[in-house]
Amino acid sequence: MTFASSGDTRRNTAFGLGLILRLGAVYLGLIVVDALALFLIYAFVLDGVWELAITVALITLMINVIYLRRGLYAQRWIAPALALMCLMVVFPMVYTVYVSFTNYGDGNLLTKQQVINLLAQDTYLPEGGEVFGWDLYQNDAGDYALWLTDEAEGDAYFFATLGAMAPVTGVAAGADLPERYQGYRRLSRGESLRASGAAQDLVFGADSSPIGIASRRQAGEFAQRYVYQPDEDAVLDRESGALFCATYGVGKDESGAQQKTGQFVSDAGDTLRTGFIAGVGFQNYLRFLTSPAIGGPLARIFLWTVGFALASVVSTFTLGLLFALLLQNSRIPFRKAFRTLLIVPYAIPALISVAIWKGMLNPNLGVISNAIAAFGLEPPPFFIDPGWAKFGILLINLWLGYPYFMLVCSGALAAIPADMYEAAEVDGANWRQKFFGLTLPMLLVAVGPLLIASFTYNFNNFVIVEAYDEGGPPMVEAGTIPAGHTDILISWAFRLAFGGGRGADFGLASAITIVIFLLVAAVTLMQFRLTKGWEETSQNV
Amino acid sequence: MSDNPKPKRRRRAGSDLALALQVIILIAAVIFALFPVVWVLSAALNPSQSMSSQSVIPPLPETRIVTADAPGALLRIAAREGARVERSAELILLVEIEGEEKELRAPKNGYVQNIRISEGEGFAAGDPLYDIASSYLINFDTLFNTPRKPFVRWLWNSSVIATVTTILVVFITSLSAYSFSRFRFSGRRSLMLLILLVQVFPNLLAMVAIFLMLQQIGRHVPFFGLNTTGGLILVYVGGAMGINIWLMKGFFDSVPRDIDESALVDGATHWQTFWRLIFPLVRPVLVVVGILSFVGVFNEFVLARVLLRDKDSWTLMVGLWGYISDNFARDWGIFAAGAIIGAIPTLIIYLTLQDQIVGGLTQGAVKG
Repeated sequence: MTFASSGDTRRNTAFGLGLILRLGAVYLGLIVVDALALFLIYAFVLDGVWELAITVALITLMINVIYLRRGLYAQRWIAPALALMCLMVVFPMVYTVYVSFTNYGDGNLLTKQQVINLLAQDTYLPEGGEVFGWDLYQNDAGDYALWLTDEAEGDAYFFATLGAMAPVTGVAAGADLPERYQGYRRLSRGESLRASGAAQDLVFGADSSPIGIASRRQAGEFAQRYVYQPDEDAVLDRESGALFCATYGVGKDESGAQQKTGQFVSDAGDTLRTGFIAGVGFQNYLRFLTSPAIGGPLARIFLWTVGFALASVVSTFTLGLLFALLLQNSRIPFRKAFRTLLIVPYAIPALISVAIWKGMLNPNLGVISNAIAAFGLEPPPFFIDPGWAKFGILLINLWLGYPYFMLVCSGALAAIPADMYEAAEVDGANWRQKFFGLTLPMLLVAVGPLLIASFTYNFNNFVIVEAYDEGGPPMVEAGTIPAGHTDILISWAFRLAFGGGRGADFGLASAITIVIFLLVAAVTLMQFRLTKGWEETSQNV
Repeated sequence: MSDNPKPKRRRRAGSDLALALQVIILIAAVIFALFPVVWVLSAALNPSQSMSSQSVIPPLPETRIVTADAPGALLRIAAREGARVERSAELILLVEIEGEEKELRAPKNGYVQNIRISEGEGFAAGDPLYDIASSYLINFDTLFNTPRKPFVRWLWNSSVIATVTTILVVFITSLSAYSFSRFRFSGRRSLMLLILLVQVFPNLLAMVAIFLMLQQIGRHVPFFGLNTTGGLILVYVGGAMGINIWLMKGFFDSVPRDIDESALVDGATHWQTFWRLIFPLVRPVLVVVGILSFVGVFNEFVLARVLLRDKDSWTLMVGLWGYISDNFARDWGIFAAGAIIGAIPTLIIYLTLQDQIVGGLTQGAVKG
């Protein structure tokens, strides 16, 4: 029998203090959550981070609907988990999909509006603008101020602090400048010279008419240098008169070079210093296929990723099964002790294990290399030769992973009914027939899904690759794109996103992530079909 | 099985040989399994910062008292006294002068070992102040007494993060699992499948989004910002939902329905049934989920490294990695000492509860 989720009648009849308290707690909790969410949404909107504001709003809406609508009783139990998943897994996922269609990365880190705002802060001294003579003042806090002398207007004085400028009162035109004015002290000529370097970068006066030091004698009214023209979607450089048009999209210019997207480009081909985030369509995905610089490493890294995951599963499973079979023999002395000692690698944090192995394999100092050298042999170059590096990483992963399959196989072997073996023996089966005809098939039924899970786990086993040698040794052929011989897809994407001399390329890295996700999701679906889970869930409905 | 005794005896003799062979294989396996562990113990006890030692128990240098009146002189004297070449790492000398700890770096080919001034002694020219590293525990001593690398703080951070995350994960996912196991509602199957698929998204790259999000949240709710315990816990808890809901649902399914049905018939609410009846029943497996979650979070490294910037907010794994990721100052001995301490909680948990954990790992797979 199953329960109807909606309007559980029993709850309505059992009306009492407990129910009121419970409902009160629910509504109180809801009010607190809503208040916090509204505050966050408000703050995010003010900050202009719309994607987060929308995410929080949607999650809050979902929670409110679930708790306030009748008939969603079952979902109330799931709502906390769903909300957390949406915030911490689904939002980052959607965001990654979005980034994979953009040029987000070093040089294109800001939105277009942010870039325009940033450019708007640039100023220049226009020809024919108002010019003053200047003297430098400083207050006790260390802030500078400018005493401006308007020579054209017959020595009218202005006093410009950071953020304000006003005509000077109480000092006659042409008179000597006062030593102190409004809490500021006049700097001597020497002090002025020393401080002028720092003061030169400051903008005095109100934002509408900023004043800055132009030369040793003159200060002037600066003007905004870059003005965005919405009609033409371009930025006008008022100093040179050049128009920098925004570029989007994908394409190649006449010379065949990839066209710069998300930049302000002038007719002369100059670009402004900061690019912006722009959509590039499927360009990041197409770069896999078209760009030889990426396609070369990609194919090899993909093959190695599959090979690494497969070899890891096969080797750990084989060794784990071997140990599990040995430990099954009740005549083995100290069975329990053997088993406990063999689990030890599993209990040591992977990061620490890899670091230890790395130290042991070090060709110059490592204890393994020293031992090999003691026999008069050349220690293998575990971190230089691609083949040996791959061998080293597989060896470490074998050490890390066999205890898991040893444990799992022990459990599964114990679950195989003993009478099946007896029957096999009556039939005169030898050990080989028993193993391949009985043990292995029975075992694979039970352990099969775990083998697939282990494959997907190793497919994205970032920690071991990163801790071993950060993907190294580097692929020389890869050229400008950083890639290593032991890199798997996920570690390569990580390198593209967060490091390497070439700078961050979040767009390409996100595209790779999405591809990895699709591959792993397909394998997981397959595993799901293989597991009884699906049928079990289906039958119960 | 056979009535003929002769082949039976032959079989016995053969199986004795096989047994010996099996034991030999197992002994070899144990050596393979434990060798790195022995090595790390040896490195932790080795007073020099080398990562290789020819003997398992490293030789202990003689205790010497050297006299110096300034750190610079100390270097020269130590160089003269403790004549031992270190090829590998740059050495760091910790010197306490009038209660203040100072750090000196010895040249790469220096002849110096870790040196600590005995605590509690005054500093005056000519006093016998320095004793050259004379203990197997010098690495542990350094580990706990380097203010620049607050190991105890890291240990505390990791423990807090792992504990809070575990409690939240177990509680929140058991609520969901109860619902998925006991209620029938439309969209239930698709929701479970969706949760499973979303879970396999490699969140390594989603880190860009997580980073930006924590940054933004932290501006308004500093408790959950970047660099905070709260923020990291939020990320861990959110990321642990999917797989644990599935695991838990398996456990809840194994509790017979009759139990809660009779309770509901007696007028108990679902909450009472869940909290008073089912929750205690599945507690043994909840402990397993909790342990796996605790160990996973305690040992997590990638997210913590990106999201925690401050040395004071680092977790144990991030801090330990710092000891050996620096290309110019790899402190293998100290790392080894820290690694042992860092591995002890996991080791104890796994070795004492191995049977329960096997049950947890194979749940759902083996029972099918």
